[in-house]
Amino acid sequence: MRPFTYERARSPAEAAAAAQRPGARFIAGGTNLLDLMKLQIETPAHLIDVNGLGLDRIEAAPEGGLRIGALVRNTDLAADERVRRDYGVLSRALLAGATGQLRNKATTAGNLLQRTRCPYFYDTNTACNKRQPGSGCSAIGGSTRGLAVIGASEACIATHPSDMAVAMRALDAVVETVRPDGTERAIPVAAFHRLPGDTPHIETALEAGEFITAVTLPPPAGGRQFYRKVRDRASYAFALVSVAAVVQRDGTGRVALGGVAHKPWRVEAAEGELPRGAGPAMAAILEGARPTHENAFKVKLAERALAAVLAEAKG
Amino acid sequence: MKFDTPATRNPIDQMRVVGKPIDRIDGPRKTTGTAPYAYERHDAAPNQAYGHVLGAGIAKGRIVSMDTAAAKAAPGVVAIVTTLDMPPLAKGQTNVALLFGGAEVHHYHQAIAVAVAETFEQARDAAAMIRVSYAPEPGRFDLAAAAKDAPLSSGDSEEGSGAPAEDRVGDFEAAFAAAPVRLDATYTTPDESHAAMEPHASIAAWEGEKVTIWTSNQMIAWGKRDLAKTLGIPAANVRLDSPFVGGGFGGKLFLRADAVMAALAARAAGRPVKVALTRPQVANNTTHRPATIQRIRVGAGRDGRITAIAHESTSGNLKDGKPETAVQQTKLLYAGANRLTSLRLAELDLPEGNAMRAPGEAPGLMALEIAMDEMAEKLGLDPVEFRVLNDTQVDPEHPERPFSQRQLVQCLRQGAERFGWNRRNARPGERREGNWLVGMGMAAGFRNNMLTKSAARVRLDREGVVTVETDMTDIGTGSYTIIAQTAAETMGLPIEKVVVRLGDSDFPASAGSGGQWGANNSTAGVFAACMKLREAVAQKLGFNSADAVFAEGEVRAGNRRAPLGQAAGEGGLVAEDLIEYGDLAKRYQQSTFAGHFVEVGVDAFTGETRVRRMLAVCAAGRILNPKSARSQVIGAMTMGVGAALTEELSVDKRLGFFVNHDLASYEVPVHADIPHQEVVFLDEADPISSPMKAKGVGELGLCGVGAAVANAIHNATGIRVRDYPITLDKLLDRLPPVA
Repeated sequence: MRPFTYERARSPAEAAAAAQRPGARFIAGGTNLLDLMKLQIETPAHLIDVNGLGLDRIEAAPEGGLRIGALVRNTDLAADERVRRDYGVLSRALLAGATGQLRNKATTAGNLLQRTRCPYFYDTNTACNKRQPGSGCSAIGGSTRGLAVIGASEACIATHPSDMAVAMRALDAVVETVRPDGTERAIPVAAFHRLPGDTPHIETALEAGEFITAVTLPPPAGGRQFYRKVRDRASYAFALVSVAAVVQRDGTGRVALGGVAHKPWRVEAAEGELPRGAGPAMAAILEGARPTHENAFKVKLAERALAAVLAEAKG
Repeated sequence: MKFDTPATRNPIDQMRVVGKPIDRIDGPRKTTGTAPYAYERHDAAPNQAYGHVLGAGIAKGRIVSMDTAAAKAAPGVVAIVTTLDMPPLAKGQTNVALLFGGAEVHHYHQAIAVAVAETFEQARDAAAMIRVSYAPEPGRFDLAAAAKDAPLSSGDSEEGSGAPAEDRVGDFEAAFAAAPVRLDATYTTPDESHAAMEPHASIAAWEGEKVTIWTSNQMIAWGKRDLAKTLGIPAANVRLDSPFVGGGFGGKLFLRADAVMAALAARAAGRPVKVALTRPQVANNTTHRPATIQRIRVGAGRDGRITAIAHESTSGNLKDGKPETAVQQTKLLYAGANRLTSLRLAELDLPEGNAMRAPGEAPGLMALEIAMDEMAEKLGLDPVEFRVLNDTQVDPEHPERPFSQRQLVQCLRQGAERFGWNRRNARPGERREGNWLVGMGMAAGFRNNMLTKSAARVRLDREGVVTVETDMTDIGTGSYTIIAQTAAETMGLPIEKVVVRLGDSDFPASAGSGGQWGANNSTAGVFAACMKLREAVAQKLGFNSADAVFAEGEVRAGNRRAPLGQAAGEGGLVAEDLIEYGDLAKRYQQSTFAGHFVEVGVDAFTGETRVRRMLAVCAAGRILNPKSARSQVIGAMTMGVGAALTEELSVDKRLGFFVNHDLASYEVPVHADIPHQEVVFLDEADPISSPMKAKGVGELGLCGVGAAVANAIHNATGIRVRDYPITLDKLLDRLPPVA
């Protein structure tokens, strides 16, 4: 951990303005950032503590959805009665992630901004374009069992580790932000996370200093909602593959995948195949997948996980 | 006390304290956080500075230069010691990997520097500022590739499970060729990490030429000897103190870099220094259980009797390292006239492979006990019956040597009965509950019982309190408690009147904790010292020691009685003795036995395996404390689930290191993975093992569990996986189709 300076922001606008300082980073729960700082994977010169901004409420949105403050803790979000009733996929995804202790600290915005768990990203002796742009990717040709099968590039095959974000993607959530100049904008979660391309170190659509204030859920999508997380051990493990699904009575619905790509993976155009079953639907969703020898199983696993969800939806 | 004839009746047989499920006497300190681990010995020495170890960033090659200017100038830095400051240090007797010194890098994360600073954060930051220039060299990191040319090699894990390079009885090849039912299969086990909760940690303080190390170590006498050798100083100038150890599993049997770096750093800093290895360094700097490739051939008659059995194992290690003795149990577990075992060792440039809980038997049984399941299937026999049929009461290689006790059949029969084995469907893949494919599996457990001398000192004071001192360690096993029970039983005291002090090299040298030998040998040493104390007490009080009864804090003979404390006088009464062994271990084969039974569910869609219930029935001599023994066995069973389902150090075969070097990616079981566990100990006392009539259980609880899980998966799915860990990707292609 490098020495850093620290301040507590008093308003979102102030936080965004302060973040223009070189090497500045926001800190909320710190469940990811502090670990990365200890390993010198993240070396911020200045931390802006945003915990005191009062963005910790879940409110009814005017259009019928929910507006979730950026600092609502994962535990509180998962337990919220409205979330449990109308957005079950989100509650289930949250509870499938991390541990009770971590969920008590981790925030809604922070969860979206989690960094990859690629083991090469975590070992500073190895080359990683995400950690050190231009240094290369050690993961390609290495230990790849947990890494991406689709949407990857020659520069990076990392996955996004979040469960919550996968549910948010299935629910068409919208990320609300304020920029250093005080202007606000709304970014659909579909456009929020990026594919690695040539710049895997740029992971989101956020501009320098741009600060997340809330995540808004549209009016309830109805249907039956599932989050099926497949992992090696029963708890406290990242997904090999996860399926967030909203399935309607008529067999139509939406599906987003975790554990397969650099971002929550959803192909709206493929969802028309859902009534035909998991095989055709997943073939369309993962069309163009380029897995490695070690993670080719994820393609089949995704199909079978979706089949499990569809079977349960019928039952 | 020389133990060279079978034990007769002695004070331990009273079983008033020994054999009772007494809560561990160190429990309150553990649960209130007042049992300090090595890194927390803040009061042990004043003015402690923090040392942070820098590990090599390449797996093989040479260090060209190290630039320490920025590190030395960093805030709070007290000293920087680099590997270029000194020639390679001498290696301890039990060390394979070089711990420090010189420019050569032999494996990834070999210690190459330590930064010492006023705070932990400053030390860590300074270590990261050391700029190292390497000349990397190609290395050998792929066991499967190296196995083809691996030469035969004998092995001895330091934990007793030795095996010759090749061992033959009868004519295996001819008998195997003639056998009507044959199996020839190859199994693999991966590299595994001990992953103890407490990382390796030490505090060092010099006083003139003498150094004290407060550390976390299982084997104090080895550590003292090897640190002296490594530093090139007399052993008399080294003191080790390790009263509490937060898990060892074999990873702390040996001197490791934490102690060496703390000693070097403290000398350079001129003040005490504390050092803990980071979690990644635990995986790549210290030792691990090496991967194996095991070929097993079994031939049997149609009656199910084994006529030929061969077990050949290949593992890798650094130069001068030893093979994993995975064939060891196959020499002893089943009958059969024609036998072959062999060990091959490939030289690799990965970190040092060495003992991990039940070295040899743990990975060996993971293979052998799948092979037995496969043979039973080929023969159309129940797996329990097949094992019972091939039981032996003598060492099959040396039939003149009987087992001192061998209740394997009873373990299997009782286990089958309790587990409801008769409800197992012999046809695999046919029992389904919802989305779960459900199956049962079993395996025999086997681990040798090792005898090694162990000393203790006991002191009686005038209050009638007995204090035991021995360098024995308690690595979470319950040593404190069983030693207190032994002294209380022998001296006729309630356990509250016994104080136990462990882990200090100034105390008499004990067996230490390893090879599941700690409980039997260390308590036998305490028993010997107590028997000597009884004589001294009797003499002091004018009793004939043969007639004296020690009970309820008194010494009694005829109608005379005196409080025990009366013998102590002002200065107390001290006795010291050790247990040492004659040739009983040569005349008898001493082993421990278990029947492991497991039920699993395998998700029919995803292939996720979740254990549903587990049972171990153990025959392991007298159980000194059923509560702590049970803890040992359920912990070991948990470790067996990890080995079966998730644990694998993933090797980057290009860069030469274990990639998943943290607890997020090296997956040991969590609570949600471990369901109902039941442990049964057969009522047994083995007079051949020691005056305690006890044996070890801590490793037995692991031996066979992995195969029982694998066999249960086969029973659930019909899929036979021979490569551990059995992750879902190895099942997925062969699961039933889904809509």
